[in-house]
Amino acid sequence: MHMADALLSPAVGATFWAGTLGTIGYCAKKLKENMDDKMVPLMGVLGAFIFAAQMINFTIPGTGSSGHLGGGMILAILLGPYAGFIVMASVLTIQAFFFADGGLLALGCNIWNLGIYPCFIAYPLIYKALVRDDSPPKRITIAAMISGIVALQLGAFSVVIETLLSGRSELPFRTFVLMMQPIHLGIGIVEGFVTAAVINFIRASRPEILQSAASGRPLSARVSIKRVFIGLLIVAALTGGALSWFASANPDGLEWSIAKVFGRPELPEKGGIATALQSVQKKTAFLPDYSFKKPDGAEEGRGGASWPAVEPGTSVSGIVGSALVLAAVFLIGLLIRALRRKSA
Amino acid sequence: MFDSEYFNLGYLDTLSYRDTAIHRLDPRAKLLATLLFIVTVVSFPKYEIAGLLPFFLFPVLLFALADIPVRFIMKKVLLVSSFAFFIGIFNPAIDRRIVSSFFGVPVSGGWISFLSIMMKFLLTITSALLLIATTSFPGICHALQKLGMPEVFVSQLLFLYRYLFVLTEETMRLVRARDMRSFGKKGTGMRSFAHLIGTLFLRTVERAERIYQAMLSRGFSGRLHSVRPYRFSGADAAFLLSTAAALYLFRAHDVVGAVGRLSMRAF
Repeated sequence: MHMADALLSPAVGATFWAGTLGTIGYCAKKLKENMDDKMVPLMGVLGAFIFAAQMINFTIPGTGSSGHLGGGMILAILLGPYAGFIVMASVLTIQAFFFADGGLLALGCNIWNLGIYPCFIAYPLIYKALVRDDSPPKRITIAAMISGIVALQLGAFSVVIETLLSGRSELPFRTFVLMMQPIHLGIGIVEGFVTAAVINFIRASRPEILQSAASGRPLSARVSIKRVFIGLLIVAALTGGALSWFASANPDGLEWSIAKVFGRPELPEKGGIATALQSVQKKTAFLPDYSFKKPDGAEEGRGGASWPAVEPGTSVSGIVGSALVLAAVFLIGLLIRALRRKSA
Repeated sequence: MFDSEYFNLGYLDTLSYRDTAIHRLDPRAKLLATLLFIVTVVSFPKYEIAGLLPFFLFPVLLFALADIPVRFIMKKVLLVSSFAFFIGIFNPAIDRRIVSSFFGVPVSGGWISFLSIMMKFLLTITSALLLIATTSFPGICHALQKLGMPEVFVSQLLFLYRYLFVLTEETMRLVRARDMRSFGKKGTGMRSFAHLIGTLFLRTVERAERIYQAMLSRGFSGRLHSVRPYRFSGADAAFLLSTAAALYLFRAHDVVGAVGRLSMRAF
């Protein structure tokens, strides 16, 4: 369920990056305050551990399909929320670089979806509330299960929200939610079960590891939870702001962007709404859109008023232009390659 | 599958230590240029196709100048395409308004936006993979730190990267042992998986302790230092500026339309 660059708009991508970077900074500050050097290699190697563990497939009973571990919940339980979040973020970063899972702009969203919810919602509010040091294994299983499911449901819901806010997909909210949530319910149950089994295994063989994790990096006071929540609220407000910002910028992207699909640069001057929209869009868009007026473009724009009927002349020139540009691009590539081979 | 993933990881790493003009650029310049490129590509509206075409120049130039095997990267791009494809493919089904015609064949808005999503996907993912294929990961970490990433996070990334290969090999041995004992399906269930992971975890913790002691005896005081000096030279600045200028040109001007009109006029 890695979010992808192609489905994101810059505003949404940047907003979630901001939230993610803020959280990384906050966690780094927290860790600096009360972390001994010993944690540095432990966290690093545990990140590699999660990475390697994700590569092992196992069969899910009753379905015959195979699943693998996400890891956010295990990290939060083993290391505490701050270190757990940093490690999860690093694992996702490496995946984004080496496997291109999602992409670099979507990385902010992915760290948010898979790191924040297990570490700062499911762990402190559910797992911590249900499990004591002397809780029996069954209780741990239940707690890990619930928190694993909640974290993944929130993560999946975030993917829906991010996609909808970006407006690149046509999927309506209801359909998308109905598609994502049940799938991730299944995944969450498996994740919870595996998390519980691993935690119980570690508790049975090396209980002191868990104890040191729980006592060394506690969510020390209630204040810190409160602060995290205030942070979350601010980011939520920012996200909402980004939504209204973009919603107002293009209430119907079709109107002004269709005209340009085959290379027609400007919007027909319908006056009123269209021009107003154009100016709003010009002011708010992340980069200036190329629908601004060009001196020589006047004669081309005329046919655009009735956009479903595409003027054949422009359309053909658009296609010819596309083909030429693509051909030029690849010729340049081949040329450089040939020259390099020759000189090598 | 497991082995090939590991091999791919190592191969990308090897590629990044080649020595070409692109490889020699400062990691900061490449990281910033890549991010700029991705944001510019993604900033195109939903129904944009023509405007995206000139952007293929960047990956093509990088492939050629840095001598990166195209097929290897494309295979990796294909591997991760499922999510964007799966979400994007709903567009043609939902948005059926006919908005254009291609040599007489009517084209709906949904197909156009789907094509746009897939082109953006191809561009963004390829550029991300090209970044790591032309820049060593420690180099990227260094760039991140210079750009203000907290030190804890950067050293976390470096450690993760360093031990990734060690732990993946160890995991491969564990999985091979499990598979040899499990005769097909039996023994690959969740319970044995949990025990496998638990064992791996305990070994990992013990390894971390040994690593820590080894580091202490070499004078570790909580921070990691880089021996290799990185310098942001004039060439790096030129690369970054020209990339930014080209990106702006392709974003703000209708290159395809201009080329098309020019060629129509010529014939």
